[in-house]
Amino acid sequence: MEMNGGQALIKSLEMEGVEVMFGLPGGAILPVYDPIIDSPIRHILVRHEQGAGHMAEGYAHATGRPGVAMVTSGPAATNIVTPLCDAYMDSVPIVVITGQVPSTAIGTDAFQECDTTGITRSVTKHNELVTRAEDIPRVIREAFHIATTGRPGPVLVDIPKDIVDPKNPNSRMDWYWPTDRELSDGLPGYKPTTRGHPRMIKEAARYILESKRPVIYAGGGILKARAADALRELAELTGIHVVTTLMARGAFPDDHPLCLGMPGMHGNYTAVTSMQNADLLIALGSRFDDRVTGKVSAFAPDAKIIHVDIDPAELGKVRRPDVPIVGDCRLVIEEIVKAVRELGGLEAQPDRGEWKSRVSGWQEKYPLTYEQTFDDGGPLKPQFVLEHLRDSAPEDCIVVSGVGQHQMWTSQYWRFRHPYTWVNSGGLGTMGFAVPAAIGAKVGRPDRMVWAVDGDGCFQMTAQELVTATAERIPIKVAILNNAYLGMVRQWQEMFYDERYSEVYLSPDLPDYKLWAEAMGCVGMRVETPEEVQSAIDKANEIDDRPVVIDFRTDSSEKVYPMVPAGLSNDEIVVDPSQGEGGH
Amino acid sequence: MATTQHHILSVVVENKAGVLARVSGLFARRGYNIFSLAVAPTDDPKFSRITVVVDVESTPLEQVTKQLFKLISVIKITELHPDEAVERELMLLTVKAEGTTRGQVIELVQVFEGKIVDVGHDELTVMLAGSPAKLDDYEELMRPFGIVELQRSGRVALPKLDRQSPKLRSVTGRTA
Repeated sequence: MEMNGGQALIKSLEMEGVEVMFGLPGGAILPVYDPIIDSPIRHILVRHEQGAGHMAEGYAHATGRPGVAMVTSGPAATNIVTPLCDAYMDSVPIVVITGQVPSTAIGTDAFQECDTTGITRSVTKHNELVTRAEDIPRVIREAFHIATTGRPGPVLVDIPKDIVDPKNPNSRMDWYWPTDRELSDGLPGYKPTTRGHPRMIKEAARYILESKRPVIYAGGGILKARAADALRELAELTGIHVVTTLMARGAFPDDHPLCLGMPGMHGNYTAVTSMQNADLLIALGSRFDDRVTGKVSAFAPDAKIIHVDIDPAELGKVRRPDVPIVGDCRLVIEEIVKAVRELGGLEAQPDRGEWKSRVSGWQEKYPLTYEQTFDDGGPLKPQFVLEHLRDSAPEDCIVVSGVGQHQMWTSQYWRFRHPYTWVNSGGLGTMGFAVPAAIGAKVGRPDRMVWAVDGDGCFQMTAQELVTATAERIPIKVAILNNAYLGMVRQWQEMFYDERYSEVYLSPDLPDYKLWAEAMGCVGMRVETPEEVQSAIDKANEIDDRPVVIDFRTDSSEKVYPMVPAGLSNDEIVVDPSQGEGGH
Repeated sequence: MATTQHHILSVVVENKAGVLARVSGLFARRGYNIFSLAVAPTDDPKFSRITVVVDVESTPLEQVTKQLFKLISVIKITELHPDEAVERELMLLTVKAEGTTRGQVIELVQVFEGKIVDVGHDELTVMLAGSPAKLDDYEELMRPFGIVELQRSGRVALPKLDRQSPKLRSVTGRTA
């Protein structure tokens, strides 16, 4: 069947099962936007290309399916670099299609030309400049395959205008769809290892059964591999505690007796300290990020390491594992479970009673804590807001956050019971992630309530996408924890720069968030006292036909605790001042 | 302690636009200088072999190698230990060779089994192929005569035939 490259591109997306894409048209991509009118794919018109990228990410986080964004060349392509890098750092499967100037104009500094594949080379898992219309189905199929298999990640496809423009003979092609065989033949250098090495798996089982103070260090790879059930089976079979990193919140239920919550710079005391004192860390789809390890040379000094990751480059990148296993987390964990059973399971393990009582001792002594006062205008605490949001939301509510103090508090105070209910920007730490990512998540899971918890600084970076949400009837809810500051920076300046506050003040009422929300077609509310919190949340939860924004005026001076100051050992953890000096 | 030394990586890649930039970019973003580079298609024109010589300590090199292997267009990477590889380079060298010194220059070309590929009134251009050390020696010997221009190719290398198995480190997707 003869068609033009633009039609082939849209048809290729349909073949990949794409139901929705996020984008914004422009000169170079115009010909591809024409066949969208006749396609069943839903296109969501964003207000800024960065929004399209984060929406695609939010969609992918919430559904597990690849998110798709399409934008034009030049400034549109550079605007989507941040989401690409964000997706690269957090291993989020997205496919981004960018327009490019016609082949003959490439390299001439043409209008809206930029070297998109060059610029995005180091922030994508793969990218490709397509030069012939007949390559489009193959490249699109490869893009989805690469984005979603192995360690997932962003793939960018750059499409010159001439090969999609029906007026140009270069765009003519005969439709085909590559077979599985043609797909793998076309990618001779891409064969991710999914099955763990059997000898290493036995070795891992032996280490587990010999350890006295083991901790499972579960990372975002658990979610990417759909391995939450396998993780639970392993934890329950062996009775080993689990910490869930920022990227893995929800991978293991927070209300499970073996769950220790989030480790790291703002992790809770027990999660941090149990890792420090462990004799075995079972790292599953986690990458020993600096925000988890603190000072690497002092991290979990007595621990042997089992490290399971689908990316061979992660093994030994930060900490040399004693048992390295390359493979898909779900498949490997299932094999480890089998191997542990064969070696005798729970009965074959040493008595860990003493370790367990140490762990519960830490939990009792250093729970997360804050204090909300109710008399005469005591400031509203962000944690208080979060506890009410949490307790008012259904347990499968999807929570999305930006980056900073509010992100840490949300991760700390929410009780995640299900995988894929937490969406945030972990690796890149992209302020402004929350609003567009929440829109993407809600588009992917319209059946779920979606709350974006945002900071006032973050909100100002991408708030315009609420216009998109209103126009497209995507009823997300946004809670701005408005402390009038770039809160995390303020906290560092208070603690490490002698309270010299440099360029961190934002003002609580400039802009007027309620009016701004209303101007964008949302319901806007403002909450200034603890007494108003619950009724505002109840009202927001009842609205399901448009976005809602609540401006919570929170305490500027509230800090995130515990905290391991940057560059220090995790043993130097600083707990809430009300809990004294910490446990060392 | 790991010491900095030459490492030779032999990287088989898809013969496509942009692949060399991907490979060299991985070194560049870590601040490692590529000492020498040679790229050409293999016997199968779908693939090219890139021979990279870099000065890096062993531990960071392992990480770079693993990252290289993640590139979709990279098919295979082999690290060649200098003792276990045949290495060759090509040099073109234009040297001053006036009447009084011309005889000495030609004599040294013969000693080194080079070839005179161009002759001028008072200059000669010499082609010499050999191990990098041999080329270094020759360059030193030519210096007093006056080197006008010099171009060395990147190093090309293949594993020595009789020692191909145990010490040859081949990076594959599986670590065990």
